[in-house]
Amino acid sequence: MLSRTAENLYWLARYVERAEYLARTIDATLRVTALPAAYIGKTNEWDSALLTAGVAASFYQAYEEANEHNVVEYLSFSPNNPSSIRNCIEAARLNSRSVRTALTSEMWDTINSAWIELQAVWSKGTSTREDLAKFLRFVQETSLRFDGSAYRTMLRNDAYWFSRMGVHLERADNTARILDVKYHVLLPEEEHVGGPLDFYQWSSILRSVSALTAYHWVYRETLKPWLIADLLILNDTLPRSLASCYGNLVRNLDQIGVAYGRQGPAQRHARGIRNRLEHSNMNDIFQHGVHEFIQEFITDNSRLGEIITKQYLI
Amino acid sequence: MAVAFDEMNIPGGDLRPAYQELARWLKETPPEALEYRRQEAELLFRRIGITFAVYGEAESTERLIPFDVIPRIMSGKEWARLEKGLKQRVRALNMFLRDIYHGRDILRAEIVPDDLIFQNPVFRPEMNGQQVPHDVYVHIAGIDIVRVDAEDFIVLEDNARTPSGVSYMLENREIMMRLFPDLFARHKVTPVERYPDELLAALRSVAPQSASGEPTVALLTPGVYNSAYYEHSFLADKLGIELVEGRDLVVKNNEVFMRTTEGLKRVDVIYRRVDDDFLDPLTFRPDSVLGVPGLMSAYAAGNITLANAVGTGIADDKAIYSYMPDIVKFYLGEEPILKNVPTWRCREPKDLAYVLDNLSELVVKEVHGSGGYGMLIGPAATKATIEAFRDKLKREPEGFIAQPTLALSTCPTCTASGLAPRHVDLRPFVLTGSKSTTIVPGGLTRVALKEGSLVVNSSQGGGTKDTWILDE
Repeated sequence: MLSRTAENLYWLARYVERAEYLARTIDATLRVTALPAAYIGKTNEWDSALLTAGVAASFYQAYEEANEHNVVEYLSFSPNNPSSIRNCIEAARLNSRSVRTALTSEMWDTINSAWIELQAVWSKGTSTREDLAKFLRFVQETSLRFDGSAYRTMLRNDAYWFSRMGVHLERADNTARILDVKYHVLLPEEEHVGGPLDFYQWSSILRSVSALTAYHWVYRETLKPWLIADLLILNDTLPRSLASCYGNLVRNLDQIGVAYGRQGPAQRHARGIRNRLEHSNMNDIFQHGVHEFIQEFITDNSRLGEIITKQYLI
Repeated sequence: MAVAFDEMNIPGGDLRPAYQELARWLKETPPEALEYRRQEAELLFRRIGITFAVYGEAESTERLIPFDVIPRIMSGKEWARLEKGLKQRVRALNMFLRDIYHGRDILRAEIVPDDLIFQNPVFRPEMNGQQVPHDVYVHIAGIDIVRVDAEDFIVLEDNARTPSGVSYMLENREIMMRLFPDLFARHKVTPVERYPDELLAALRSVAPQSASGEPTVALLTPGVYNSAYYEHSFLADKLGIELVEGRDLVVKNNEVFMRTTEGLKRVDVIYRRVDDDFLDPLTFRPDSVLGVPGLMSAYAAGNITLANAVGTGIADDKAIYSYMPDIVKFYLGEEPILKNVPTWRCREPKDLAYVLDNLSELVVKEVHGSGGYGMLIGPAATKATIEAFRDKLKREPEGFIAQPTLALSTCPTCTASGLAPRHVDLRPFVLTGSKSTTIVPGGLTRVALKEGSLVVNSSQGGGTKDTWILDE
C-alpha cells in the first residue's frame, strides 16, 4: 500500500486513541477533585492531568492557573492545543478523508459523524458539568465505535495492522505517562502507609485506563499500589498494560513482516522491548526505580514510532 | 424568450410517454412523503460525505450539492440517438487532437484558423509529435447537452480535460434506489453501476507497451482540498486503484513509481485529475506542488499513459467549439448528429458588431472561462453590467464568444411551493479505450433550482437529479 496511506491510517488510529485517553483523564480528574480536600491531599489534580497529557508547558504559556475551567477548556476544545480532543477529532477526520479508500464505510461513518456532531453540538464547548459529562461520553463512544468497526469490518491486511499499531503505540504511551506522573503514590509494600488519600489516587489511576473493575477480577484484593503497577505494566491480560500493548505491537509487526517477506529494525526493536517486559517482575522494577523504568520505556516507545515511520511510512 | 420545452408535460395537458408512470406515482404520493424522503436523501449525502468545496469561501467549507428526488426520464429511443451523436463527437475530438499535434491537415485545409491554435494558452507544444497509445487523447469526456425541443440534442460545451460529476451520477442512483424502491419497480431503468468497470477497462487498454501484462493504474488527485476530492476518492475506491498525490509518485530513469510500504512500485497509467499546468513543475508551472517532477519526460519516453492526455484543452476550448460541426465533417465525412449552439465569434468584426448591438439578448462567455464564472447573461443583467461587459468586449474581443439565450428544457422539480418546472442540462460521460467507445446510459442531470434561472453550475445554486434511461 501507499506509504502515505499507511501513515494516515496509523495516525488516524493514534488520534482517536488519544482523544479517548484525554476524555478518560478529564473524567477521572473530575471524580477526584469532587472529593473533600481531606481525601485527596494538596496536590493539584488538574496539574497532574496536564502532565499526563504531556501539555503542561504549552498550557502555562496561555493560562496562569491550572483549574477545572482552564484545563478542561485546554484539553478538550482549545484550537491552540494541537492535541486537544477537538483537534484530535479534526485531524482524524482529515486523515480519514485522505485515506477514504482504505477505510470501511463503518469507520468513515464513525469519524465523519463525530466530526459533524463536534461542529453541530460542541462548537462552543461545554458550560455545565452535565454537558461536559455528555461530551466526554460522546468522545469515548466514538473511540469504541471506531475500534469496534475496525475490528469487525476491516480486511486483515497491512491496512489493519498499521492502524492497530497506531492504537497500541499511543495506548502504551498514555499508560506510561499516567504511571510517570503518579509513580510517587505507587510505592513498594514495605514503604506503604495506607490512608484514604492514597486510595482515591489509586482508584483514579485505574479509572483513567478503565481498569478499576479489571483490578478486582485479576487480584481479588483491595487496592494495593504494587499490584496496580503490576497490572498496568506487566499484566498482559489488561488491554492497556504496557505488556499487552507490546504483545500486540510485536504481533502486528510480525504480520507485516510475513506479508512483505521482510523483517527490519522495527520488528527487532519492538521485540526487544517486549522481551524486557516479559522478563521483568515488580520487585526488580521497584529496585531499579519505577520512575527510571517508566522514563526509559517512554523513550523506547517513541523511538519505535520513529523507526516504524522510517521503515514504512515515508 | 419563448416558453421552454417541458420534458414531462405536452402543452394542452398530455404527458410525454416516458413520464406517464412517474406522473401516476406522483399523484398517489402525498407531498409530505416526498418532503420526508428529500430530507432523508440530504442526510444520506451528508453522512456519506458527498460534499464539494466552493472556491473563494473559507477553506473548511464543505457543501452539499442539493439533490432533487424527482428523476429526469428519457426514453430508450431518445437515448439511442443521443448516444450515436456523442460517439461521433468524441471520435472527432480525438482525431482533431491527433491531427493538431501531428500533421495539422485541418489547419492546412483552413477549416480552423492557425492563430486559434498556436496563440492559445491551452495548446501544448510539448505534445508536438508525441505518440499516445492507440491515438486516444480524450479517454474520458463529459459532453454537456441541452434540449430546446423534442427533436434536437444540442452540445453546450465539450469537456475534454478532467470532467467531473460522474460520482454524482452513481451516488444519485444508489440513493434513489434506496429511497424509492417502489418507483423503480414500476419502471425499467437501465443501470449505471458498470461505469467504474468500463472506466478501468478503458484505462488498462491504453497502457504503454513497456507495461507489464497487468498494468498498474492510479488516480492522481490534487488532494483533500480540491473541490472534487470526494469524487476522486470515490472513483479510486470503485476502481480498486490507488489514490495518489504528487508526493506519492517519483520518476526514475523515465519510469513512474509510487512510494509504498514495500518500496517503489511502477505505475503504468495515471487517471489524472490534476490540470496540465500543475502536472510537472519541471515542464509547466514551476511553483506547482501538486505535480511530479519528471513526469513529462517519462511521458515523452512512452513509459506512462496519462488520461486524459496532455494538451486536450485545445479541443474543448470555447473558441474552438464553434468550429466543431466543421471538425466532425472534416474527419468523419458525416453530418454532425448533435447540434451546436449558434455562436458568434467576437474575434470576427462582423460577429462582434452584431454582439455589441444585441448584448441584452445574448449570453457572452469568456473563451477560457469555466464553471459559469465570468459570463454575461444578457436578459438577466442590469444595464450597468451590460455596459461594463461592452467595454471588456471592445478591449479584448478575441477573448469572448456569444450565443443566443437558449430556453433550456425543463423538468418537474421539488420547490418550496410544490412541484414546478426547472431548467436542466445533461452531462453524459463518454469513455474511449483502445478498441471501443462506450457510454453508460444516462449521465449527470444538473438543474437550476431558482425559478427562471438558467445557470445549472453547482457553484452557483445548481442541483442534481438522477437520470433515467428507460429500457424499452
